[in-house]
Amino acid sequence: MRFSGRPSGQAVAGSAVRPRPIYLNLLAIRIPLPAMVSILHRVSGVVLFLALPLALWLLEQSLGSQEGYARAVALAAHPAAKLVFAGLLWAYAHHFLAGLRILAMDLGLGLERRAARRLSAGILCAGLAAAAALAGAWLW
Amino acid sequence: MVGGALKGARYGLRDWLIQRASAVIAAGYSMLLLARGLWVHPHTLAQWQGLFDPLAMRLASELFLWSILLHAWVGVRDVVMDYIHAASAKLALYGLVILLLATYGLWGTFIVWRVI
Repeated sequence: MRFSGRPSGQAVAGSAVRPRPIYLNLLAIRIPLPAMVSILHRVSGVVLFLALPLALWLLEQSLGSQEGYARAVALAAHPAAKLVFAGLLWAYAHHFLAGLRILAMDLGLGLERRAARRLSAGILCAGLAAAAALAGAWLW
Repeated sequence: MVGGALKGARYGLRDWLIQRASAVIAAGYSMLLLARGLWVHPHTLAQWQGLFDPLAMRLASELFLWSILLHAWVGVRDVVMDYIHAASAKLALYGLVILLLATYGLWGTFIVWRVI
C-alpha cells in the first residue's frame, strides 16, 4: 500500500534532506489497518476511562439491593442505554484485542507487513463480533 | 553527564511494565468473569451477587480494580502528554485524573467488600 500522506518529496533549496511533513491532513491520509487498530485502541481506552464511574455506579446499584437491581435491569432494557452499553462492550473488546496485539509485538510477533495487516483486520472484525455476541447475549 | 540530566526519562521502563502486567491481570480477570457469567447465567439478584461473593472472587476483583486504575493512569497520562503541552494545564489534568482514579479505587473497594 502506498502511504498517500507522505510529503511530496520536494527538497528544501540547497539541501539534500527531504522536508519533514509540517502538518498532516488526517482526511487526506489513507490510514493503514494497523494504524486504525492503534488509533481505536487509544480512543476505546479513553472511552473506557470516562465510563468508569458509570460502571462502578451500575455495579453498586445492581449488587446493593433488590430495588437497585431492578433499576439496573430496567435501565438495561432502555433502547438508548442498550446502544451505550453495546458501544462500551465494543470498546472493551477492541481494547482487549488490540492490547493483545501490542503484547504480541513486544514478543516480536506480527511485525511483518502482511502479518500486521491480516492481524489488524482480524482484530477489527473480532472486536465487532465479540461486541455483537456479548450485546446479543445480555442486552437483546 | 550528570545523573540528574536523565531524571525525567527514568519512569519509562517501569510504566511500560506496569501497563503490561496490569493488562495481563485485567485480561485474566475478564476471562474469569466471562466464564463464570456464562456458567452461572444470573437472572436474579442472588445469582448476580453470587458471581462476586466467594472470597477468592473478591480478592480477584480487588486486584482487577487496582490493575485497571493503574492501567488507566498510565494510559490517560500518555494521552495527555501527547496533546496538552502547557505545563499548567497538564499538571491540572494529572491532578484531576489522580483524584478521580483514587476515588474510584476507594469506591470500588467499598463495592467489592460490602457485606452482601
